[in-house]
Parts: sequence; structure tokens; C-alpha cells
Amino acid sequence: MNITLHTLSEVVGFDGEAGNFTVTIKKHPRYIQMDKCIACGLCAEKCPKKVPNEFNMGLDKRKAAFIPYGQAVPLKYAIDAEACIYLTRGKCRACEKFCPTGAINFDDKEELVELQVGSVILAPGFKPFDPTGWDFYGYGRIADVVTSIEYERLLSAGGPCMGHVVRPSDETPPKKVAWIQCVGSRNTNRCDNGYCSSVCCMYAIKQMLITAEHAHDEPVEQAVFFMDMRSPGKEFERYYENAKASGIRFIRSRPHTIDPGPSGSGVRLRYVTENGDTLDEDFDLCVLSVGLEPAKGSRELAATMGIDLDPFGFALSSNLAPVQSSRSGVFVTGAFQAPKAIPRSVTQASAAAAAAAESLHDARGSLTRQKTYPPEIDIHDQAPRIGVFVCSCGINIAGVVDVKAVAEYAKGLPHVALVENNLFTCSADTQDIIAARIREHRLNRIVVAACTPRTHEALFQDTLKEAGLNGYLVEMANIRNQNSWVHQREPERATAKAKDQVRMAVAKAGLIDPLKNLSIQVVQKALVIGGGVAGMTAALGLAEQGYPTVLLERGDRLGGNAWHVASTAKDEPVGPWLEGLIQQVQRHERIKVLTHARLKTAVGSVGSFVSEIEVHGETRAVTYGAAVLATGASESRTDEYLYGQDPRVLTHLELDDRLIEDPDHFKGIHSMAFIQCVGSRDSRRPYCSRICCTHTMRSAIRLKTLNPDMNIYVLYRDIRTYGKRETLYQKARELGVLFIRYSLDAKPRVSADPQGLSVACSDPILQMPLNLQVEHLVLATAIEANPTQELTALYKCGVNADGFLNEAHPKLRPVDMAVDGLFVCGMANYPQPIEESLAQAQAAVSRACVILAQREMKLDAIKSAVTDKCDGCALCVDVCPYRAIRLVETEDGDGRKTRRIVTDPALCKGCGLCAATCPKGGVEVNGFTLDQLRAQVAAALAA
Amino acid sequence: MQTSYEPVILGFLCNWCAYAGGDLAGVSRLQYPPNMRAVRVMCSGMVHPDLVIEAFQRGADGVIVMG
Repeated sequence: MNITLHTLSEVVGFDGEAGNFTVTIKKHPRYIQMDKCIACGLCAEKCPKKVPNEFNMGLDKRKAAFIPYGQAVPLKYAIDAEACIYLTRGKCRACEKFCPTGAINFDDKEELVELQVGSVILAPGFKPFDPTGWDFYGYGRIADVVTSIEYERLLSAGGPCMGHVVRPSDETPPKKVAWIQCVGSRNTNRCDNGYCSSVCCMYAIKQMLITAEHAHDEPVEQAVFFMDMRSPGKEFERYYENAKASGIRFIRSRPHTIDPGPSGSGVRLRYVTENGDTLDEDFDLCVLSVGLEPAKGSRELAATMGIDLDPFGFALSSNLAPVQSSRSGVFVTGAFQAPKAIPRSVTQASAAAAAAAESLHDARGSLTRQKTYPPEIDIHDQAPRIGVFVCSCGINIAGVVDVKAVAEYAKGLPHVALVENNLFTCSADTQDIIAARIREHRLNRIVVAACTPRTHEALFQDTLKEAGLNGYLVEMANIRNQNSWVHQREPERATAKAKDQVRMAVAKAGLIDPLKNLSIQVVQKALVIGGGVAGMTAALGLAEQGYPTVLLERGDRLGGNAWHVASTAKDEPVGPWLEGLIQQVQRHERIKVLTHARLKTAVGSVGSFVSEIEVHGETRAVTYGAAVLATGASESRTDEYLYGQDPRVLTHLELDDRLIEDPDHFKGIHSMAFIQCVGSRDSRRPYCSRICCTHTMRSAIRLKTLNPDMNIYVLYRDIRTYGKRETLYQKARELGVLFIRYSLDAKPRVSADPQGLSVACSDPILQMPLNLQVEHLVLATAIEANPTQELTALYKCGVNADGFLNEAHPKLRPVDMAVDGLFVCGMANYPQPIEESLAQAQAAVSRACVILAQREMKLDAIKSAVTDKCDGCALCVDVCPYRAIRLVETEDGDGRKTRRIVTDPALCKGCGLCAATCPKGGVEVNGFTLDQLRAQVAAALAA
Repeated sequence: MQTSYEPVILGFLCNWCAYAGGDLAGVSRLQYPPNMRAVRVMCSGMVHPDLVIEAFQRGADGVIVMG
């Protein structure tokens, strides 16, 4: 209701300044009226013009009247003007003839729309690298070389071969498949994409694992050719290790020649292994893991918006303000800012929303729209009078299901007072009819036999509310998506099924009661736990949005790890910025900073928490509606490689401290070595610490700048300078830093004598043992989560196997925690560099504001409720995944104790595990009670 | 001998995954036999064992809980 979508649109003009911009949008004609289109698909079915389907990478065809894919938002068809026969040659109009709602409008014209806005967020995304024309990949020349995006579509159940992968040359299932990584990435020779695309290693592993899943009867042999495997995200390393364990071959090599296979199908790859052997190997299919490039048109967009791009064409932003573009009031997010996977894109999107809203918070709510309804009719003493509305959906339902027969059948069902058949039950005029019928016939329950409640229940609930009925008194029978559309060739059986579905819906409708939407008063204040850069950024963001915020820090000063970090990956000094941030936080009128503070208790739930905080031995109480957990992580100590025994062995942060305090010291140093993955990616900590490779590059470059003659050796397992950080790796190599790979079973050995340190290792390329003499050794020790046991026990929230606080969903809700009202950001969630911590902190602000912006928060009514049958056995208490159930003991006048459960609707998600566990019907879920479900079961099997 | 056996199947479909998948099958026009009757639930975890027993008692040949 408060989002307006302008589709088929582009920005053609942009003027003004932050807080007051004018955006001119050119809207291209859709030729289909959105308010009339019901997405029945008849226009596409009848359209005679076929064009390559870009969603399936041209592997199959779509029509000129089309939707790009089934989940399109808005789910409305459009006419492709460049392909449409009428629009190009003046004849046809078949779609117009068949459209059941008269939605086709060939007179649709391009229009210009002007919008007044305060902030702008740019998210044009990316386009996959196109390897056409690069002869050495064979793409376009050899049929069985496909891009990873094409392969993704081949693998998809909704793709051109419905997930049963066949290779293009002869449409047979491939038995042996190769992936080639870094196609169009990490390559400055031919395609100028000097960055790492960040996502390809993980999507290739995913494709391989899914391929194996699809082909469980006849295993598919799979191999991946790579330079470095980059799995630096949360849970990514385990995924990679599982793939290795499943038998996928990971070959550290880059095939230099791709020829057609021996029988004209498949490919022959020629590659050189690390030890110098040249091998030929045949594969049935070869997948090119193509990288991400800035989206088409993003340069023009940047020019229109007046923002700067980096040399690759991605939006320029500082690592200390990751979503801020070069123009005030304009924010950038997603793959437009830098190549990144879904979790970071979603996080950054929320960060951009927070940044965009911050400057506009004074105007919050001034343009939002809300609906009002007449008072609700009390029906509690009325017998059910059910109205059944059977939808034809044009011919979508009526073309298969005999809707008249279904309607006739419904008349004989118990409690049914009225049955009507509508051409489109969802159309605006039918809503008026339904409301009128409710009044005329005193209907108090409604059954709509139409499409799916997942898309349309809210609409009918609204119609009931407008007619004065409780919105929960409607039940839907899904006779379109789950009937006429999937049984197109069996009209009789489809009709019989539709009758069953209506009977089931009527049976449930007879038992449904009005439900009340509970609401809670929101405490419009926030608590932030952890005073590092993530916590401070979150606190500052919340305060700037207008909410009083308490910032709790267990130590004696704010700043955390950042005090020890010399600069960001973009070489921006951290110290001065950090001091500025601390001052801003400390001086902010809405932030209360508590140092030496510890959270002692936490009770309540989303919107209304109360905690006791111990500060310097004193306890004080705080109330808050949402909390951000930013407890951080620390560089671990190690007992390997003489650390702690020899002062010349340093950790990363110790090196940074030295570089901040005494950079000149390094001018006299002739040789240094770095060892990566010290305590990461091993059996004890089977995760990648994400930030160390970049930190090593930046340190090596700094050292080479201080003393160009210094010999620097980096001993590594995989270099993981993902995204634009790859340029640092390239620069380090250009400056002469030497990279030597080691493996877990042949780790470097370090010994010391007064002259220096010796690092013994083996060079896999020379196949020779090396003995490096260095003056300093720097260890990339693992990043460890700070202890959170106390907090997780208080809030009943969770950590992963490595101790990092868990998000509710890595992609869909990356900064929400499973407990509503709690948010996570920074290294408490996973090791990450400053720019990612800051984006997560801003995202947490955005998500917390969704709660804090409301005085009163409405909760869904589908919640568990205790019945009089509860005897306090407490079986349900342990199974509740949301800890929404407590056992309480009460004493009556005679001193008899009774135990019963109490549910907290703010914590309950309505999953009903409690109801399924209870042996006596002592707890049930409103809207899905055992009686209601039982009635549906009985009705389903009554025929 | 009977040549075709058409079992009557009762399905409990989780609103968030299986039921949504059923809807998407419709949007994608994937065809399947019409012998399952779906009961929408908010989580497959809310399906009480009694409901499964009840379905069999009332003549279901199979019960599928999808979530």
C-alpha cells in the first residue's frame, strides 16, 4: 500500500539536492492494463509470436505477450513491443480478442512521470559476463560449452528441461561435467575484469551438489578447474569441504585449450597440473563459471544521477560509508556497489534503506496510507450462514472445472445459505457484490473457491472487514493453482476434486470463529550491546532516526578492534574516523553510553523488553522495544609458529599497532613472511576468517611502500581477496611480493636463532623445499567470536557451531535473529571487514526501526491458545522452538495447586508444534484447531 | 485383475513451502494426477498424529505430510 511500483521505467532526469530531489521517469507502455490483468496467461497462450526466453538464457521460447517468470512482481503480463506482430506489422491483435477482462490496450503510450523524493537508492544489479567471442573458451563454437547461468536454468525444475539436465549437442544426460572458474573474472589480459566476482566458487559448488542430487541413480562425475577456491562466507567452508568429501574433483589448474569432444559431442580439455604435467581429459559438458559485470545501462544511470563509478563501472563508495554514493542523498546497494552474493546484497539493501530514511525521519509517516473499517458485527450467537463464491477466473478455472456443477453442488452443503458463480471473484466489482450479499443474506462465513489464499486471502479478508465481518471468517478453496491449472486434461476428475475442495472449505468454515489481532504497545527505545564500530554505528543510526538508545560496552572504552586497525582495504586511515565516530556517539543527546556494563537479565518480547544492567557494580533497569547484538569477535592467540615465544612473531593486529606507532621500524627490515590460515580452516575451526587475506595484502603493500627492497613472502592455502579486493592481490604481486602455497598436511615449520627466523616450506610449483630467512613473521590468526553464552541464555537465541550469533535466515533475514526484536551485526555474526560490519549495522538499524516506528504493533491472529483441557503436563514447553510457552502454577482458595501453560503471543509464530504434541487438546492454534483440521480430513474423505 | 489402482491420498501441506510449491506448480502448469486432497497447515509440525490416524480410519490409502 505504501510502495508504488513503476515498471518498464527508466530515470531520464534527476535534479535537486538531498532531501528534495526531482526524478523524471520515462514509463514505457506495457500495452496491458495492470488493474485489469488477472495473470491468467491467455494472451501468452494465444499470442502467435515466439521469441527467445531471456529468463532461460534463450534456451527456450516465450511469447511476445509474456511474464518473465512465474514469480514475477507485479504478476501482470506485458507485451514486448519489439516482437509483437501487431505493433511491428499492424496485424494480429489475437491477445485482445481472447483477453477475458479486456486488459489489452494497444493505444498505451509512453509517459513521463515526475516524482518528488528526499533520498534515492540505486540498485540496478549486474549482468553475467558474456564469453561469446573469446575463442579459447569455445563458447558459441562448441555446443556443449554452456555458461553457468545457462546451466542454472538447465538445473532448475522451472527451466527448459524441468531440471533433468541434458547437454545441448544431442540432448542426452551428461555423465561427466567440468566447471571452469573465473571466466570473465580475475583476468586483466583479455576482458579487463580485474576483480573477483565473489559468487562463482560457491554457485559452482552448489550446482555440482545439486547435479549429484538430481542424478542419484547414475552418478555424474564432476570436476572443477580453479585458481583459488573462495568460500569465505558463513558456513561456506563446510559446504566446500562436504563437496570435496562427496567425490567432486577440485583441480587447481586452468585449462588453456577447449576443443570439441572426439565424437563431435562434449569437449576435450587440455590443462597443466601444478607439477607441470600436461593432461587431456574428455567431458560430456563444460560449464563456464561466468563472473558478474555492472548491469547494462548502469553507466548511463550513473551519469544521469551524477554519481561516480570506479574503473570497473561499479559505484564508488568509501569503506567507511559503504552505501553512500559520491552524491549526498543518493545511496547504492547490491551488485552495483560491488559483486556480491545474496546475503550481503540483502543486508546492504536494508543498510541503504536506513541511510535513506535517516535524513527523512522528520517526515516519517507523513505520506503513509492506512485503511479504516466499520465496526465489527458480533456473530458469536449466530448459527453459521455460509456464502460460497465460485470463481470462473475467465476460463482459467471454468475451462477445465465445471464451475456451474460445483456451485450447484455447494448449495447442498451444510450451513450454506447462498452460492454464486462469478467470472472473476477477485475483481473490484465482485468485492462490492460480496459485501452486498453479506448484508442482504446476513452471511457470517464466506467460502471463496478460486485461486490460492497465499495471494488472495488478504483481499477477501479486506472485503469482509469492509462489510463489517471479522476478516478471519473467510476460507478459500484453491480450485485454480492446485486444480484447474494442474489437471488440464482431466476435466471430470478436476470437477470432482473441486467439489471435494469446496466441501472441505465449507466444513472448516462452519467451525471458524472471529479472531482478534492482538497488539502490543511498543517501547520506542533501543538497546545496543557492544561498543565496537558495528555497535556504535547501530546506536548512532537508531538515535539519528529519533529513538533513545542505550549503548552497553563491557570494556572501559568504545572502539573495539578498530583501535588496532591501521586502514581499510581502500587505504583509508581508520584512527581519525574512529575518534570522530566515538565523539559523535558520546555527544549524541539520544545515546546513553554505559561502559563496564553487563546485561544481567532480559524479560519480555518484541516491542517490550526489560533488562537489568550492571554498571560499575550498580544495577539499573532499561526498557526497550528492540535490541542490536554487536558483541564482536577477536583475533585469536596461537601456540604455533613460535608465537608467544619469539617477539619477532606478530599477529595481524600487532603488526598494525607497530605500523601505527612506529612505521619507520620497517624501513630497516629486509625480509618478512606472512603465514595465512593460522587456526582457520582446520579441524578445530572449520571456517574461513574472511578478512585475513585482504589484511595481508594491504600490509604487504604498505611494507613494500615503506621499503621497496624488502623481501616479502606470503604462505597461503587459497588467496581469498574476494570482490574488488582482488586488485590488492594483483598490486602486491606487481610490487614483488612472493606467494607460496602450502597445504594442511605440509604446514610451514618455523625456527629461530638470534640472527633471524627460518621458515621451512615446500614450493608446489618448483617442487622444491625452501628455507626462508626473515626478520619478522606475521601470523593471520583465526578470528574467534567473543563469548556470548550469557546473552544467548538470557535471550534464548542461538549461535552456530563456531560460536557466531545466528541470523534468522542467511538470505531472507540476514540481520534479524530468530527471536523477534533482536538483531545482529558485525563480527558477532561472522568475521568481516569494517565496510561489511558497517553495512550490517545500518541494516540492523533499518530492521529495528520497522518495530520502533510503530507505537502499537499489530500481531497476526494465527497464534497458539490454551484450552480448558490443559493439565500442565508441560510436554509442549520443550518442543516450542520459539520458547513462547511457560508453565505457571496457581493456588486456589483451598491451597490446591494447579499447573497450566501460558503462551506469549508476541513470541508465538503459530507453527502448532505444541498442538501436535499435546495428547489432550490442551493447546491449539487459532484458525487451525484440531477440530477444524479434523473436519477437513473428514470432508476430504466423505465422498 | 484391476489394471489401474488410484489411491486416495490426503496431503497436509505447509503454507510456506509445500503449499507454495503446489501453487507454483499451477503457475508453471505442471500436470499431476488429481487424487490428492490438500489440507493447508501453517507448519507441517502442527499435524497431530491423531489426524493421520483419522485419515486412515476414514479410508485414505495414503497420507503425505509435506513441509
